[in-house]
Amino acid sequence: MTSLSALFLRDVRLAMRVGGGALMGVLFFLIVVTLVPFAFGPDLAQLRRIGPAVLWIGALLASLLTLDRLLAADAEDGSLDLLLMSATPLELAVLAKAAAHWLTSSLPLVIATPLLGLFLNLEPSAIGAVALTLLAGTPALTCIGLIGAALSVVLRRGGLLLPVLVLPLTVPVLIFGVAASNAAIVGPMSFGAPFAILCALTLGSLVLGPLAAAAALRSGLE
Amino acid sequence: MALIDLANPTRFLNLTARVLPWLTAATALAFAFGIYLVWAVAPDDYQMGAVVKIMFVHVPNAWLAMGVWAVMSLSAIGTLVWRHPLADVAAKSAAPIGAAFTFLALVTGALWGRPMWGTYWVWDARLTSVLVLFLMYLGVIALWRTVDDPSRAGRAAAILTLVGAINLPIIKFSVDWWNTLHQPASVLRLGGPAIHPAILTPLMVMALAFLLLFVTLHLAAMRNEILRRRVRTLWLMQAQGA
Repeated sequence: MTSLSALFLRDVRLAMRVGGGALMGVLFFLIVVTLVPFAFGPDLAQLRRIGPAVLWIGALLASLLTLDRLLAADAEDGSLDLLLMSATPLELAVLAKAAAHWLTSSLPLVIATPLLGLFLNLEPSAIGAVALTLLAGTPALTCIGLIGAALSVVLRRGGLLLPVLVLPLTVPVLIFGVAASNAAIVGPMSFGAPFAILCALTLGSLVLGPLAAAAALRSGLE
Repeated sequence: MALIDLANPTRFLNLTARVLPWLTAATALAFAFGIYLVWAVAPDDYQMGAVVKIMFVHVPNAWLAMGVWAVMSLSAIGTLVWRHPLADVAAKSAAPIGAAFTFLALVTGALWGRPMWGTYWVWDARLTSVLVLFLMYLGVIALWRTVDDPSRAGRAAAILTLVGAINLPIIKFSVDWWNTLHQPASVLRLGGPAIHPAILTPLMVMALAFLLLFVTLHLAAMRNEILRRRVRTLWLMQAQGA
């Protein structure tokens, strides 16, 4: 447990310090949301309608942006090899890394959501719904992205390959995230059902992501 | 002959060299018979007219679009669990064929939709999930193409294929759910299982023909892949010797 918490704290510290780029995702999120009114026009009623979808797309793209550094930096300086050789199960080690990554790059997105929601003319209740769905859904995005990050480390090719592999797998999270937010705003259905499925997707990804990522990393070792 | 005997690529090449001509002939015969049935036996739909003939190409392609991913998943298990030397060859050569079947299913569906629904594309649940399936095929192909060492790409592609196999039902379910949320009326209904034999028989023959086509193309592509790897090894040996 101590080795996992040490790994977690190390990753958090690295991301917070210079060169970590933890706030880059938030900046990107802000820019995407700023661009939307330029494309759709400044009609406040329309922005209110598409607001949850815009926030979800922005958060999805912003969380992709930082993913390729999740394992690549450790692969470059060799600490990934130490993780592979250590007695700690690799599945738990990558889960700790994913948790640190979520804390430093996805949680800021959730925190920034209320401010960006104001730009999009969302009601306070709608802002709360979007922030809550993002809080529940972004761990799934991180864990699905973890698989892509592991594959791109194994193949030693980052860049465009990662989004191409990861984005189709995020379709269910996006569907239920936006659906739950919209259900809280306009109805007609209840917020509970899609939100529960969103939580289920997150829990499933928490299992599948580390297993698949660890298997990919091990296969790359041989 | 057990599956493990085919682990020797030379034995596989010898066997397929004998089987392939027969398979090719069977594919051609099945297509000839199927097309005859489609045009001579199957009646035109009272509502759709001759356009209904697209179904005999569209439905087998859609079945194979999903079936080829199942073949790839089995190959992926073969790669990861048994380290079968031909499993990743099978997975690699199946991916472009599966993508082609998926693409054909989408294109024939669009051509069918134009006269029926008045538009080439609707965000129907089936169309959308097949589109996502197509994107995932392209992702697997992109993965294979980014790495030059086939054995290293093999296991990575196998993991991605299995993750996709777990996710595809979830994607299908969520797209269905999303679709019922947006448009309650389903556009396309074939009338359930109650299809008249005059249509069902040609459809099954055409499905068999497409299945044979897949097996033929897949075996031929596997032979090409084995030979390509041998050429690559020869080149590497030559480069090291020089």
